[in-house]
Amino acid sequence: MTRRTRIAVKVAVWTACLTPLALLGWRAVSDDLTANPIDFITDWLGRWTMRLLLASLALTPVRILTGWGWPIAFRRLLGLFAFFHGTLHFGVWIVVDHYFAWARMGEDILKRPYITVGVTALVLMVPLALTSTAGMIRRLGGRNWNRLHRLVYVTAVLAVLHFMWLAKTGRIEQYLYALIVAVVLGVRVAAAARRMVARSSPRGPRTGPPDPRTLGEVEGTSASPRTRGAPRAID
Amino acid sequence: MLIRHAPRYRSSEITPEAVYLSRRAFMAGAAALTLLPGEADAAPPPPVDRLPPLKAAPHPTYRHTDPVTKIESAVTYNNFYEFGVDKEDPSRNAGTLRPRPWNVVVEGLVRKPKTFDIDELLKIAPLEERIYSLRCVEGWSMIIPWIGVPLSALLKRVEPTGNAKYVEFYTLVDPEQMPAQKKGLFSWSSLDWPYVEGLRLDEAQHPLTLLTAGMYGRVLPNQNGAPVRVVIPWKYGFKSAKSIVKIRLVADEPKTAWNKAQPNEYGFYSNVNPTVPHPRWSQATERRIGEFRRRETKMFNGYGEVASLYSGMDLKKFI
Ligand code: HEM
Repeated sequence: MTRRTRIAVKVAVWTACLTPLALLGWRAVSDDLTANPIDFITDWLGRWTMRLLLASLALTPVRILTGWGWPIAFRRLLGLFAFFHGTLHFGVWIVVDHYFAWARMGEDILKRPYITVGVTALVLMVPLALTSTAGMIRRLGGRNWNRLHRLVYVTAVLAVLHFMWLAKTGRIEQYLYALIVAVVLGVRVAAAARRMVARSSPRGPRTGPPDPRTLGEVEGTSASPRTRGAPRAID
Repeated sequence: MLIRHAPRYRSSEITPEAVYLSRRAFMAGAAALTLLPGEADAAPPPPVDRLPPLKAAPHPTYRHTDPVTKIESAVTYNNFYEFGVDKEDPSRNAGTLRPRPWNVVVEGLVRKPKTFDIDELLKIAPLEERIYSLRCVEGWSMIIPWIGVPLSALLKRVEPTGNAKYVEFYTLVDPEQMPAQKKGLFSWSSLDWPYVEGLRLDEAQHPLTLLTAGMYGRVLPNQNGAPVRVVIPWKYGFKSAKSIVKIRLVADEPKTAWNKAQPNEYGFYSNVNPTVPHPRWSQATERRIGEFRRRETKMFNGYGEVASLYSGMDLKKFI
């Protein structure tokens, strides 16, 4: 990829990630937030948290299935944007929806399972966001960093549960997200299973230390020959 | 979904006919491209400022101290699954409903069963305007000026027999008029049609229970349950059946639509009760549409006079 293409792709991804908030802002100024704006904004931010999270999780399966390595470079960025929207989603709940009614919110977090899993999903993203800098990756070492960042799978599953448990009867969108999570995690599991089979065969492809170029990826995915030459991070 | 914008009503807005018609054609075209069940045939209902006025005497005591909700909110934020599951769906899709001519069959355990033409039905007692609070089970509320007659007047007319203990309300089933009643892929359907709701006979006879044909000084908009619905202000909104075609008096507790869909979440009584949470969320507070801060939800939605209907009943059990 040339330098110019890389810059163009980067601009496109940033633009895409900022579009949901821009659209929300546009709807706000054009008085188009429905009769219940607080609910509308909460739902909007929740849905985009989910979509950005799934987008970040989809890049590894894309590479496994197609061999395209370059999108992986955007995984951290998408994850951070997901966290950003999740924080706004939570912030609206605290500040606008409940207006700092701490006792009520505490009760909701403890008693209402959809809130409990939502908060857990977001809290689990905090260490991931804090360790998302290049410096932290170096400090932790690729292997530990990878291990820690597997927490995002738990976040994805909890986020789906959150949606399933809050969705009213008759809606179907939540099942679509559940399906996508199942696919993006399922592809990883299948790839890992294939690797284990390959490794246990006498002519396994490799047993050396993890490839430093694939830092920030699921441990061992680099064993797949298609993924050789993963890109440098450009985010 | 392609149609994201409900037709929005501003109080200042008077829609010229040409604009209204071209918008309608556009919506129909856009709808034809969607894949969701029924959406292709949907059309937006007429703007409320074009609906015929309905004259009624303000009820002397059934008023409300809180300000009335803006009409544009009340006609664009609706739960009416026959037109789709999203709140903006009814105001986008309910144009296919034909509220005239319309008959309502009143039958079952009554001495004088009768099929009423809608306009005849509304003459059984003088029309009254009553300002009620509407509390949705989802945790929001509105203050709405309804127009109607006490349901008790109709019940008296048909003379329930001694065996009649409950009243059932049936909403229209007609996928041509109610596009979201069409089955989707894998014959998916949001609810089991017809939408059936019910009350105990004494609840139905309570003076607060209103057989409703209008709101905000006009006939009911399609998306709010035209041409006739009930309003039971001390119960969660879904108990107030819309676009009613049949009222039956029966001996046994009716199997109601939401109760059938989610028995552990939606009980037969469904009285507004801040101390009994919905299994998934709290009912202690509500957001009044148009307001910023939540309000405390009141027992029976503030209509304490109905408490005597439930004396001796454990309302944590009879939800
Ligand atoms: C990773 C974290 C999270 C994700 C991915 C997420 C996602 C979502 C999604 C997809 C929706 C549904 C939007 C719709 O109905 O269209 C939603 C709604 C909601 N979420 Fe979250 N959420 C997260 C965390 C949280 C947290 C921390 C809270 C607050 C405690 C929260 C509270 C809510 C509430 C109150 C709703 C609206 C429920 C309703 O409409 O009745 N969520 N969220």
